[in-house]
Amino acid sequence: MNNRYWNGLAGIVGREWLRFVQQRSRLLSALVRPLLWLLVFAAGFRAALGIAIIEPYDTYITYETYIVPGLACMILLFNGMQGSLSMVYDREMGSMRVLLTSPLPRAFLLAGKLLATALVSLLQVYAFLSIAWLYGVEPPPLGLVAALPALLLVALMLGALGLLLSNGIRQLENFAGVMNFVIFPMFFLSSALYPLWKMREASEWLYWLCAVNPFSHAVELVRFALYQRLDPLALAVCLGLTLAFGALAVLTFNPQHAAIRRSA
Amino acid sequence: MNALEVHGVGFAYGARQALCELEFATAVGRFTALLGPNGAGKSTLIALLTRLYDLRQGDIRVLGHSLAREPRQALARLGVVFQQSTLDLDLTVEQNLRYHAALHGLSRRTAAQRIDRELARQDLGERRHARVRELNGGHRRRVEIARALLHDPALLLLDEASTGLDPASRAALGQHVRALTDEGMSVLWTTHLLDEIRPTDEVLVLDRGRLVAQGSAARLSGESSLSDAFTRLTRPETVA
Repeated sequence: MNNRYWNGLAGIVGREWLRFVQQRSRLLSALVRPLLWLLVFAAGFRAALGIAIIEPYDTYITYETYIVPGLACMILLFNGMQGSLSMVYDREMGSMRVLLTSPLPRAFLLAGKLLATALVSLLQVYAFLSIAWLYGVEPPPLGLVAALPALLLVALMLGALGLLLSNGIRQLENFAGVMNFVIFPMFFLSSALYPLWKMREASEWLYWLCAVNPFSHAVELVRFALYQRLDPLALAVCLGLTLAFGALAVLTFNPQHAAIRRSA
Repeated sequence: MNALEVHGVGFAYGARQALCELEFATAVGRFTALLGPNGAGKSTLIALLTRLYDLRQGDIRVLGHSLAREPRQALARLGVVFQQSTLDLDLTVEQNLRYHAALHGLSRRTAAQRIDRELARQDLGERRHARVRELNGGHRRRVEIARALLHDPALLLLDEASTGLDPASRAALGQHVRALTDEGMSVLWTTHLLDEIRPTDEVLVLDRGRLVAQGSAARLSGESSLSDAFTRLTRPETVA
């Protein structure tokens, strides 16, 4: 990468980092949600939802251990959508213009913004995993390293999906509705909270909805990576969808569309 | 070579035509005012000049570089101050400037030198580490001008940059921007406030998406005031 591109990328990532550091409440609010699920919900449902031996685990595990990968991905899901929300906000309020009027290709600028959001999200995920460790959920230390590329890929996939969705948003207020129709169905109709075989026992069609949900593949990719295993199908789905969502997001990104739709 | 050339540019928001067959050029090193009432199409034109909106009709050249065919070369020569502030309020003045410098591909060393230079030029040295949120409107505008000049553009676009400023800050801003033309900078200043125009300024008058006049303010005014001339050009039905 030549220096011009490298400097541009460093600037975008640096800005995201500065904003994150200066808004400490962002870290706190990003951690509260998964910690509530881990410390309250999982503790309460431990007896009812004990998990049998399933891949990638070698033995029986507690329910807390089972849901940690899903909760890590939950942080990435919310951040990916919120990152896109901030792009809608930036587009409305004008600071996105600084980015878009710079002499770098638009696709590079958007990819840089997605990468910056993803890197900041990873910090929040590892903060969550550290607290989970102290709570007794202890994946192998090397698994925490092996999970890094998986988490980065999932963060990029969800960020690209968020950007793609935000391209269809006329204005900021409409995004809240999309979040309710995207985040919650994606999270609950996945393997984040319960294994798919349990879902199949309840309902065949619910099982299939969960099985085709990209978020299930994201959770399984991270779950396997945390135990130094690879789920090839999950990797292929996440990689393919990251490229597809990213390409579509870049192709459909155009600030003038929002202005034209608003004035139409 | 002209600083800016606009050839046959049109733009529509759906069925509503915002700009029609615009055709004009501005000279290098001149202060050019783009005048027009609200809704004349000034901000749409700025969005096209900065490539925020894609050009679908006509061509725009910045210092000879076509925005459609050589966007990176054209944008590299363009400094922009938008009507709405685009500074990051949570970052300091220096952090905002560093971000812009990085987006224009400047190395850290070059960026540091240019930031020192522009902060000194805008008399903002003491505000370097202040968060933008703590600055008043006039200072924020000066930060935006410092930012727009960091990458050494040849053409500076200011879209209603004096909006929201008190009279003293408006006057100081106008004086400051005009001084840049002494250094060879070309300036395109959009406004609907006629008291910001001097008789020697080159003026473009835009009304309902069409260019209705171009020339020096003195020539357009003729025997009357610029205000009368502007009313005659943009609201001829109100002139007896």
